Amino acid sequence: MGCSSSVADRKSENVIRAAILIQKWYRFTMARLEMRRRYSLSIFQSIEYADEQDQLQVFSTFLFSFYLVPVSQIFTSPSAPQVVDEDFSLKEFEKKIAVPDSYYGPRLSFPLTVEDANALLHAFRNEQLLHARYVLQLLSETRRVLKEMPNITHLSTSYSKEITVCGDLHGNLDDLLLIFYKNGLPSEQNPYVFNGDFVDRGKNSMEILIILFILGVGQEISEYILQDHWKQILSLLRDVFSWLPLATIIDSKVLILHGGISDTTDLDFLNALERNKLKSLMRPPKSVTNRQDQVKKKTPMTKPSKHTASQHILDILWSDPRSQNGCTPNKCRGGGCYFGPDVTAKLFERYNLKMLIRSHEFKPEGYEISHDGKVITIFSASNYYEEGSNRGAYIKLNPELTPRFVQYQVSKLTRRQNLRERVGTIESSALKSLREKIYAHRSELISAFAQYDTNGTGRISVNDWAAAMESVLQLELPWRMLRSQLAQMNPDGEVDFMSCFYDLKMGQPIKEVKRKTPLAETLCRYRKDLEIIFNIIDKDHSGLISLEEFSQTWRLFTSHLGIDIQDDSIDKLVLSIDYNKDGHIDFNEFLEAFHVVHRLEKKATS
Amino acid sequence: MAAREEKGEDALVAEIEKKITETFEVFDRESNKTVDVREIGCIVRALGCFPTEAEVQKLLEQIEVEEPGGFVHLEHFLPVMTKVLLDKRFQPIPEDVILHAFEALDENKCGYITKDDLVKHLTQGGEPFTQEEMEDMLAVALDPETDILHYRDYRIKLVVDETKTFPFNG
Repeated sequence: MGCSSSVADRKSENVIRAAILIQKWYRFTMARLEMRRRYSLSIFQSIEYADEQDQLQVFSTFLFSFYLVPVSQIFTSPSAPQVVDEDFSLKEFEKKIAVPDSYYGPRLSFPLTVEDANALLHAFRNEQLLHARYVLQLLSETRRVLKEMPNITHLSTSYSKEITVCGDLHGNLDDLLLIFYKNGLPSEQNPYVFNGDFVDRGKNSMEILIILFILGVGQEISEYILQDHWKQILSLLRDVFSWLPLATIIDSKVLILHGGISDTTDLDFLNALERNKLKSLMRPPKSVTNRQDQVKKKTPMTKPSKHTASQHILDILWSDPRSQNGCTPNKCRGGGCYFGPDVTAKLFERYNLKMLIRSHEFKPEGYEISHDGKVITIFSASNYYEEGSNRGAYIKLNPELTPRFVQYQVSKLTRRQNLRERVGTIESSALKSLREKIYAHRSELISAFAQYDTNGTGRISVNDWAAAMESVLQLELPWRMLRSQLAQMNPDGEVDFMSCFYDLKMGQPIKEVKRKTPLAETLCRYRKDLEIIFNIIDKDHSGLISLEEFSQTWRLFTSHLGIDIQDDSIDKLVLSIDYNKDGHIDFNEFLEAFHVVHRLEKKATS
Repeated sequence: MAAREEKGEDALVAEIEKKITETFEVFDRESNKTVDVREIGCIVRALGCFPTEAEVQKLLEQIEVEEPGGFVHLEHFLPVMTKVLLDKRFQPIPEDVILHAFEALDENKCGYITKDDLVKHLTQGGEPFTQEEMEDMLAVALDPETDILHYRDYRIKLVVDETKTFPFNG
């Protein structure tokens, strides 16, 4: 008896011990998975913030000088009667630009109606074209309406039951369409506030703008007039953006703005300044001219007196909330500040506010509540970095001003991936972006490595390798953790630094692309910019453009970069990349020619 | 000789501290050198350690947790974690030990465990799984058609995943 019970005891002890082991081991693997997920997001975010600085150099004069313009907006019913003055611009456009009979896209008439808005949504969903004349007319109407709006718009929930607040969309047309599908189109009974960052990474930036503008007032430009009217459109677009209001207040209690606040935010001052004169502040604050300057990144910017208009705008556009008290300069963004719960409390007391809704920061769940419920961050671009990376969300505010969150995630996949698969997808995408960046800075990295490699052995310590990576790429990432994915180590524990530039899977160096290195690296560095331009030229989003269009694009691009490239080298480039010689280039193929991906090598060896 | 040894040890400590800091910062969501106390277990494991929940709790007792909010500062975490790594505590379990553990749960020694048994053992015994943890594990581990865990295959699958992607080994 004594014997059998102790056997039973031992058995159950074993079972318990086994359970503990399995639980321990499972938690271990889940923690590592979580680590991989976090550092992948960290990679995306660091590259994004770094790009914000680089890209603006290219775009400030060219395309989207309002790139990453983060401002608040309110869109109400397009059916509200609008008196259309004899607006000179509208008539001018109508006179000067003829819309041919062969054009089968939506034809807009002003004043705009709900029918026009629906026609447009329908058109974009079916990837039809909108004629440039209508784009111009729409923009000029938008500008006219915006001019009449104050810097801070006041809304009331007494008209409608609920107000919907959306955060950053980043050009994700799918998300916008999903929101309208779930939540209905904007109207007087269904007002929306869009809180900025409508454009940039997503392919459908132009469409989103057009939709938002047309819905507010009551991508694609006809090939016939591409060259002529593009410049006009851009200039008008820039103007329109400078007229976007700065903030919205609901029921005098809820403040909505894009970034955040600082300890000197003064709403009366903000309301009084001339917002359209502050166009230049629409770009990220740091105008870095070369990498040397970026060393100063860590020190706070020398700011003008805290009470100037520019300081105010920077603060509301670029600040981020933090859990620690105080107001410190925002090192990540280079403008605005980190504001703590005490700053929020003070502002609320001063203006008798109850809530602050802002966007500007990526949130995996689409939203986040901080400062004890006083501050809400809302982010509406789902799968922002990669399929499966995050949800998007919007807020429904009722007259009691209690927020209700609606989350969503647009998915192209028919089967939902499990957690492990999702992390795998995000991770490989993040690493791919990181490797591109590494390749883009190849020459600088090699010289940095060489400085540590005093004996010329081609190997340096992990410490030195990490230091070099961080200083050249200016990305604060866990380099030691990432090392195994980025470079090879020999048995002595030293890093073979040239292996950074190998295709890691193949373990061999890519045959040096027979082009001048600066060109290849430049292309990599400005990949995102090129992609955006490409997407605009690629009217039917087929991913193909003709050789002629490509050459045009390239010439425009390089002239703005101030790079002198021979015409015939472009032609040679283009011809060599058109593999199937059908007169078209797939943009991905083109860029991959310069990536750390073995396409060319395969071609060469096949 | 002694001086060089000391230098070697210093370098080792410095290297360990950098590793810990890097990992910590990945979880530092506000870039202010603090993390939520609930993430400490994750961080310790991400650094390659294999503690039980009880061991994580004991570790936390040595670290000052800032209230309100439950934050841990890097400067308090660093010395404690450095010692853990230097002492090589909470070493990983070898593969075959995991296998034996599954076998212990497999009462009939048939090479698999049913879903119900698995749930019973792991949510009631040892350091019980939360419902979420259990569901997560079942989603990946079970054969969807039979609702059975073939533990040999499962274990191999996960081990392969691990070694493929994780660098902080030693």
